[in-house]
Amino acid sequence: MANDEAGGLSRRERYEKQQRRRSSLIAAASTLIVLVALVVLVPMAPGWEKVQKSFFNGAVLAKSFPKLLDAFKINLMIFAWSAPAIAVLGLLIALARDAKSPALFPLRIFGAAFTDVFRGVPVILTVYLIGFGIPGLGLPRPWNSPYIWGSLALILTYSAYVAEIFRAGIDSVHHSQRSAALSLGLSERQVMRDVILPQAVRNVVPSQMNMLIALQKDVSLLSFIGPVEIFRQAGVFKSLLANFTPYVGAAIIFLIVTIPATRYADYLMARQTRERR
Amino acid sequence: MTRIFALAAVSCALMATTALADGHCAAGKTMTEGKFTIATGNPAYYPWVMDDAPESGKGFEAAVAYAVAAEMGFAADDVIWVRSSFDEAIQPGAKNFDVNMQQYSITPERDEVVDFSTPYYSAPMAVLVSPGATDTPATLAALKALKWGGVGSTTAVSKLADIVQPDGDVLLYGDNADVNAAMSANQIDAALFDLPTALFLSAVMIEGSKVIGQFPADAGDDLDQFGMLFEEGNPLKTCVDDALAVMTDNGALAAIEAEWLQDTTGVPLIK
Repeated sequence: MANDEAGGLSRRERYEKQQRRRSSLIAAASTLIVLVALVVLVPMAPGWEKVQKSFFNGAVLAKSFPKLLDAFKINLMIFAWSAPAIAVLGLLIALARDAKSPALFPLRIFGAAFTDVFRGVPVILTVYLIGFGIPGLGLPRPWNSPYIWGSLALILTYSAYVAEIFRAGIDSVHHSQRSAALSLGLSERQVMRDVILPQAVRNVVPSQMNMLIALQKDVSLLSFIGPVEIFRQAGVFKSLLANFTPYVGAAIIFLIVTIPATRYADYLMARQTRERR
Repeated sequence: MTRIFALAAVSCALMATTALADGHCAAGKTMTEGKFTIATGNPAYYPWVMDDAPESGKGFEAAVAYAVAAEMGFAADDVIWVRSSFDEAIQPGAKNFDVNMQQYSITPERDEVVDFSTPYYSAPMAVLVSPGATDTPATLAALKALKWGGVGSTTAVSKLADIVQPDGDVLLYGDNADVNAAMSANQIDAALFDLPTALFLSAVMIEGSKVIGQFPADAGDDLDQFGMLFEEGNPLKTCVDDALAVMTDNGALAAIEAEWLQDTTGVPLIK
């Protein structure tokens, strides 16, 4: 049987197998060469010892890592309440921009203005303006908390992006589906809710995953208005220890979260492409 | 030994020539021969540097810088000012300054990465409170209950945790201006600064705020002292240290302090 299988390969299959083996050998060899070059050549640079002491200092990392992990909980907290709010607001803005009735024209203008403004302004500026500006109007505690207004700034900015992605998703559903549904007697509302949105949302899930990953990193921008999340905590260590290693520690923690998320987004994207074929 | 160095420094100071004489302490040790390059903050704040113009020699640190330079034998024209951030000062690699002077507190951890001169100022920590909290008594118990803030890159952060141990979470900011904004927005009641900075902020930047008390300079684990920062292993350090020693002995440093730093006796000690 085994003999049969081996012999069962056609000449072309055997050739292809050989080609595959050849290319994986080349890939392995070139990866090895690059790795060796990095490991051997970088430490030969004259400043390497100082760089290592400043950026990759084991003692400093051990000292700061537990507190960095602790501060990361604040990132997760802000992320956890911002993400659902962004999804809802983003969808509402997308629907506002897609309103068909002439009477709802002001809503379309609002949706367009919203995305223009919040997509066009750097996030950090929105965080500053809303995080310090609105509490400055004289709100009583705890309603002037930087957590509330900083999160709102993130929610507004990210909703603008997310709304555009949803809108692209809605546009990606062929117009004939809407016509067909209308001709069956469904109302505009029903068409949107039961026919278009389920497909539109499904189509944009991978793109929205990317927004989640970006949001997860941008939560750190709230450190500018007070919350001691991981980036600020790393900065405090950096100043006290005069060493940049805590930033590397923070980067490691971010990567632990974002790499699996990125791979998952890739997987979703690949699956979607397969299904569409 | 110090005396000999001091004499050498003084005698060199008398020769106010552009080119440094052979055998001079700083000869061959500065980035540009015959020039003394000093970095300050961007912007540099009152009362350390007046009007963000260190070239004027006005302000405590600017005045100390020119006095040290003169002590080392540099003419005022040979002092070059550059700007730098904290991060630039501690990053590995070549520096764009001979010394960096922007209220750097000397700590053993920082000393492992860079070098510090002997201290030119001992900074007591002071409590600045927002307009809404000015009647807080200057006692530790009352201070603990306040909502605290601070500048994340200063030693005030660790001092706050050591000495005050606030009940609630501390909010940290990038610079003085952001602390100001948070106080104006009533997000924090109090912040910890070195005393001269606290007095400046309350007098000029944050309307209605008040410095309600100071901690002695030796409160907490270690003394908070400002030193000039050098790249690790810079041979110029001994020259600057000698100059500072001379200025401490002859009272020049104290005179500069009296001229530029406000009288701080009016601020009560915190019990």
